[in-house]
Amino acid sequence: MVKNDMKILIGGDAGQGIQSTGKGFVQSLARAGLFPFGRQDYRSRIRGGHNFFEIRVSGEEIYTHSSGLDLLIALTEDSVDEHLEELVPGSGVIYDEDSDMDVEKLENRDINAYQVPITSIATEEGGAKVMANTAAIGAISGLTGFDISYLNEIIEENFGVKGGNVVENNLNVAKAGKEYVESKGYEFDYEISAREDQPERMVINGNEAIAFGAAVGGCNFVSAYPMTPSTSILEWLAKHSEEMDIVIKQPESELAAISIAIGAGHVGARPLVTTSGGGFSLMTEAFGLAGTTETSLVIAEVQRPGPSTGLPTRTEQGDLSSIIHASQGESPRMIISPATIEEAFQAGKRAFDLAEEYQLPVVILNDQHLADSYRAVHPDRFDTEVDIDRGELLTEEDLKELDGEYLRHEFTDSGISPRAVPGNKYATYKTTGNEHDQNGDVTEDPEIRTKMMDKRMKKLDTALERDVEGPKRYGPEDAELTFLGWGSPYGAVREAVDKLNHDGISSNFYHLHDIYPLPAEEVKNAIESSERVIVVENNFSGQLADFITRETGIQLPERILKYDGRPFTPEDVLSELDDYEEVN
Amino acid sequence: MAEDVTLEDYEYPTDPTWCPGCGDFAILRSVKASLVDLGLAPHESLLVSGIGCGSKLPHYMNVNGYHSIHGRPVPVATGAKLANPDMNVVVTAGDGDSYGIGGNHFLHSCRRNIGITHIVEDNRVYGLTKGQYSPTSHKGFVTKTSPEGSIEPPVRPVPTALTSGATFIARAFSGHVQEMNEIFAAAMNHDGYALVDVLQPCVTFNPGKSYDFYTDLVYDLDEDYDPTDREAAEEKAKEWGNRIPLGIIYREDRPTYEEQVPALQEGPVANRSLDPEERSGVDLEEVKGSFM
Repeated sequence: MVKNDMKILIGGDAGQGIQSTGKGFVQSLARAGLFPFGRQDYRSRIRGGHNFFEIRVSGEEIYTHSSGLDLLIALTEDSVDEHLEELVPGSGVIYDEDSDMDVEKLENRDINAYQVPITSIATEEGGAKVMANTAAIGAISGLTGFDISYLNEIIEENFGVKGGNVVENNLNVAKAGKEYVESKGYEFDYEISAREDQPERMVINGNEAIAFGAAVGGCNFVSAYPMTPSTSILEWLAKHSEEMDIVIKQPESELAAISIAIGAGHVGARPLVTTSGGGFSLMTEAFGLAGTTETSLVIAEVQRPGPSTGLPTRTEQGDLSSIIHASQGESPRMIISPATIEEAFQAGKRAFDLAEEYQLPVVILNDQHLADSYRAVHPDRFDTEVDIDRGELLTEEDLKELDGEYLRHEFTDSGISPRAVPGNKYATYKTTGNEHDQNGDVTEDPEIRTKMMDKRMKKLDTALERDVEGPKRYGPEDAELTFLGWGSPYGAVREAVDKLNHDGISSNFYHLHDIYPLPAEEVKNAIESSERVIVVENNFSGQLADFITRETGIQLPERILKYDGRPFTPEDVLSELDDYEEVN
Repeated sequence: MAEDVTLEDYEYPTDPTWCPGCGDFAILRSVKASLVDLGLAPHESLLVSGIGCGSKLPHYMNVNGYHSIHGRPVPVATGAKLANPDMNVVVTAGDGDSYGIGGNHFLHSCRRNIGITHIVEDNRVYGLTKGQYSPTSHKGFVTKTSPEGSIEPPVRPVPTALTSGATFIARAFSGHVQEMNEIFAAAMNHDGYALVDVLQPCVTFNPGKSYDFYTDLVYDLDEDYDPTDREAAEEKAKEWGNRIPLGIIYREDRPTYEEQVPALQEGPVANRSLDPEERSGVDLEEVKGSFM
């Protein structure tokens, strides 16, 4: 009997409620003190098409999904064909009574076929076909022995708002699904049981963590045009905007979205723009304007595979190079990229301080896999203590006591010019995307131009000294094998490292969350401390690796790259190691 | 509001780079004069501009100015107004910025009724780039990029604004300064989006549309013209060609965008605490609890 270590997949058509059912099940598992990881896989359509929600459950903390499948809930027959190869011997498939299931095909592979009349249960016990999902979840409880009370709790919470008999009907359907399986005496070699200690856990995905972090970090203005997979940040903040007094503006285009944010940032708000690569491409001219006028602004760019529309609902880390170089000429920017849900929260919280301290646009670079995946996280890792630092922002009193005229773009050693918010009678000033003097007036003077470029770019050096953090290590300090990466592959690489160390190959993993400006010294030290470095990235060329080479001169020829639109699993990483195969 | 504001408060040492005779000189004077008439001190306004000769205007007066990029002054101004509705936010930009590259923002600002004043320095040519046809150039206009004459008919700002839902639509002529002052002041006083299309000669690159050309065509709306009469405005908006009406063509009272934003009910977010718990009384631990 395998206990608290299994992978479940709910597969069906878009519109069958797969995502909400999957998330509800993840919440139930977290309530039971377990550590679920839930990943959604969807397509750019409202109805039809194969969609699924994959849940891995563990008794210990996990950061990733992994390959292989132990239980498939097949809401459509297609689901079986799509996932047959992933089902391991001894696994099971729950399917509806009227589906045309090829049971022999499953049995030949030693896969258990569990027929459960989920649609009739839904209709008879709940009065609606749409509750077939709930019947299936009830059936999981029956098969694995998972205490149904955890499901019931979540049903009550999630459906409570719908009123009427929705809660009661779903409870009846779940119960009937469970009892049906038990009455059949189906055997299954997996068990899910609640942990004795059930500390509170949050169930949250990467985008929600960025949104919540932004709110704690003082974001009071959001200007965004919807684009998958970034939209859930906008939606979360919109949902909480009235309660938190956050201005939400969904304007006519991405061109408007960033320009509105620039206007808001200029007059002293803490604006957030959310978008994906296509939208960011449209914003690049204004991105340079923010850099040149030294306007504080945060952009959450949630990557999906390009080029062009690419794979709109899938994952990739293909936008790093374009953001490092975005916009004409050279202007300062910062790029931070969370690798975990905890870092996503931190990034949301911290980005606004960085934007104001250095008076530039800060990009939180996320990707679809981290954006949409749920994990159970200990609440202590989300510190809601508000601690705002606006950098060198001058108050009315400061301005009153200035010697001489206020200079918006004053030359300073740090490159940071003390900022005044327009509207103050002691600091009426201008700024412009044209090259300008300290006053913000247009200039063509070659000497001022050079000094102003130096001043703006100097802020990046200052940031490196004060705020930019080096790569974080996971695993032992000394290792034969070092992985290097960023963003959502973190979970897969971390688990691959655990496996390698367990198998006697000493390995560690450095990931960068502050990417631009690059903490080059720390990165160099990390690379030089290892005999062999492999960079892992979800893109075609190895964009971080190339950037590190450019900044440090160190060649990084070994790369594990994946650009099929799907996230890494630990097995994807391990299978690329030739010598690992030999060891095992 | 400062009562004792004078034109001197708006003086600034930078000399304009405009050609002698450019309509922008009069527009600059009228912007200053209307701000003085409204009793606004320089720090109480933000002038946002795009790219073009007219967009240099904020640099030639003492005022808060944000000289942005081509096409985007309207959304930059919109963001400033949404973050701080107490600020008098005025766009000064040309016909290319406003009706060409930024045309989409113009359309949406009309229906949105965001409380900014949009002064369009409409010289019907691209002047700063030395003479190419613009969105408001007449059909057949011969320029360096339309050697056989431009093929498209021009954008019609006034009727376009009217059908797009604008709540204040006016036309001014840079040759009639006193009237222009009054129109600007009325536009800035209007609650909601106010468009002022200013007919302005470009003496260098569009000499056909000269002071004399316009002087023969324009006339001031009658004193008994009622701009709140929608049907009358629809008729007036059509008038173009041999006779061009000047003045406030349409005006309507409608709630502004910003006054309907829930987060702005307690005042501008730009002036309030950044701590969400102080700002709105939200309990962040409770929000965190919603994830459990």
